[in-house]
Amino acid sequence: MKENEQRLLDAIADMREDEALELAKSMLDAADDPLRVLELCRMAMEKVGKRFQDGEYFLPELILAGEMLERIGEMAKPLIQAGGGAGAAKKHGRVLIGTVHGDLHDIGKNIVTFMLDINGYEVKDIGIDVPVERFVEEIRAFQPSVVGLSGFLTLAFDSMKETIDAIARAGMRDKMKIMIGGGQVDETVRAYTGADAYGNNAMAAVTLCRGWIGG
Amino acid sequence: MGADDKPLIGHRLQRVLDAVALKRPDRVPVAFHTMLWYAKYGGISYRQLMYDYERAAALGRQAILEFDPDIFSPPHQFTTLGRVLEAARFKQLQWPGHGVGDNQPYQYLDREYMKPEEYDEYLFDPTGFWLSKYMPRVLGAAEGLEALPALPGYFYMRLVMGMRAFAHPKVVQAFAGMRAAGEEANRLVAAMNEFTREFEGRGYVLGQGAVGIAPFDLVGDYMRGARGILTDLYRRPDKLLATLEKTIPFILKAAISTCKASSSRFVFIPTHWAPDNFMSLDKFRTFWWPTFRKVLMGLIEADLVPVPLWEADCTSRLETIADVPPGKAVYWFERTDLARAKSVLGGITCLRGNVSPSLLNTGTPEQVDASCRNLIETIGRDGGFILDGAFGIPDEAPVENVRAMFKAVRKYNA
Repeated sequence: MKENEQRLLDAIADMREDEALELAKSMLDAADDPLRVLELCRMAMEKVGKRFQDGEYFLPELILAGEMLERIGEMAKPLIQAGGGAGAAKKHGRVLIGTVHGDLHDIGKNIVTFMLDINGYEVKDIGIDVPVERFVEEIRAFQPSVVGLSGFLTLAFDSMKETIDAIARAGMRDKMKIMIGGGQVDETVRAYTGADAYGNNAMAAVTLCRGWIGG
Repeated sequence: MGADDKPLIGHRLQRVLDAVALKRPDRVPVAFHTMLWYAKYGGISYRQLMYDYERAAALGRQAILEFDPDIFSPPHQFTTLGRVLEAARFKQLQWPGHGVGDNQPYQYLDREYMKPEEYDEYLFDPTGFWLSKYMPRVLGAAEGLEALPALPGYFYMRLVMGMRAFAHPKVVQAFAGMRAAGEEANRLVAAMNEFTREFEGRGYVLGQGAVGIAPFDLVGDYMRGARGILTDLYRRPDKLLATLEKTIPFILKAAISTCKASSSRFVFIPTHWAPDNFMSLDKFRTFWWPTFRKVLMGLIEADLVPVPLWEADCTSRLETIADVPPGKAVYWFERTDLARAKSVLGGITCLRGNVSPSLLNTGTPEQVDASCRNLIETIGRDGGFILDGAFGIPDEAPVENVRAMFKAVRKYNA
């Protein structure tokens, strides 16, 4: 790896935002391959994910890293020739995720989406307050191997149960694993809703997906 | 809570005071705290409940008399908010009929209510920023206040002539709207005070005289928004730290004056950004805890009892937050294991909690009973413990499970 490439990777991973943006800009201005810049971003994100996993990084670092990635992506994208693959990593499997109906919270769901994405899963995030019918339609169209139901409020216990019941009624329950997470979710709630597993943090979601569909 | 010099102190109050002072009371005290659960109890919608002071009071009366707790909260502070929210045209919340359905709880809208470049404005003049920028942003009724001039620039005859600002049609309209909201808030408070007097007369202990906040949570939740404050930790840490300090006297003045005007010495402080999963311990010790400790100490010095509710799991924070004088605060934990909390905070703060909402909502009365028994016999063994739900009674909990929690303190003794 070239010296400036290593510096960009480290600047992102070490949360030195101004330096990272300047380096990325100068590399793109110097006609470096934009796909290579995005590849370095992806490598930096892996480092960020690893530090999150190790308990060194938390929400501020994930959010800041995500914003750095977004800004560099905006600079690089116009320079990428049509048909460029944007350095896409191999995807291990499909995960569909959303916050169940009645609940508007999204911080936890967004972090899980981010962690699954940088760990190589193809994640479709269908937002917050998602009605049962919409979950069923989206699952039918996207054909995920894992479905993640998120919810912070205690009302989410019932919304999760209703969503899982509807997936079963649509005849799709045995085609996927379902994980739940957020707020007060625990083993009691898992049993109540009929989910396959629950998680207390974003890494738990990654670990569950690895166990179910590899990666 | 009544004054200490009252000749006869109620047995419930004595029980609670003993627990706060880390002594062993005659039995573990139990608190009744909830938000919208009364709707389930009374078979009405959240929307009906939130708009009807009398109905809420009737359900609160029925519940307290049935469960016979030691600590109570009037069903107004967190429940019958519909009319005043509507009068204020409050923009930070969605509530039944205003953005969410009739049977959905009110939910806060996490947004950027103060832009990053406005830190300096707040630091220079918090009151001016609040009046002319923040209030019109979050209260529809206060729209128009942005037409107010920078008043300290007016003096002598200019101050006299400056009264023109208060005849500005926008300002006139804002004052009329705020007055209407204030009158509705007065009706809510009158209903709350009547309820409080009734139940204090019956010997129950008022759960809180005021609601406080941690400086980081004030700036994070209500000013910068989640994304804003979390990135500010890296982008503008010095401004954030200065702003956190700046909020302290305002938080203390509001909490102390409200609490002193009530009959309670307890200041309830739900915390939001303290949990293990949110930031590193190092950042917690730099950004979250120091200014919150100043708030706690300010309340304690004013002879009040802070009751922070530590949301989610705060296990890694226990050693840090143990740095408070003994017997002066109640730490209510939502998801932190109380046995672990007791091993660090025993002899320092009274503990409160934490029957899980999953059990209260989906378990059986026998399971709730077993969980309460375990808490009473382990955490309550040497005193310094108040039994409660992890976040009070969740809105959806079946009545028989709630009943089981209140029966447990009478069945089992530490």
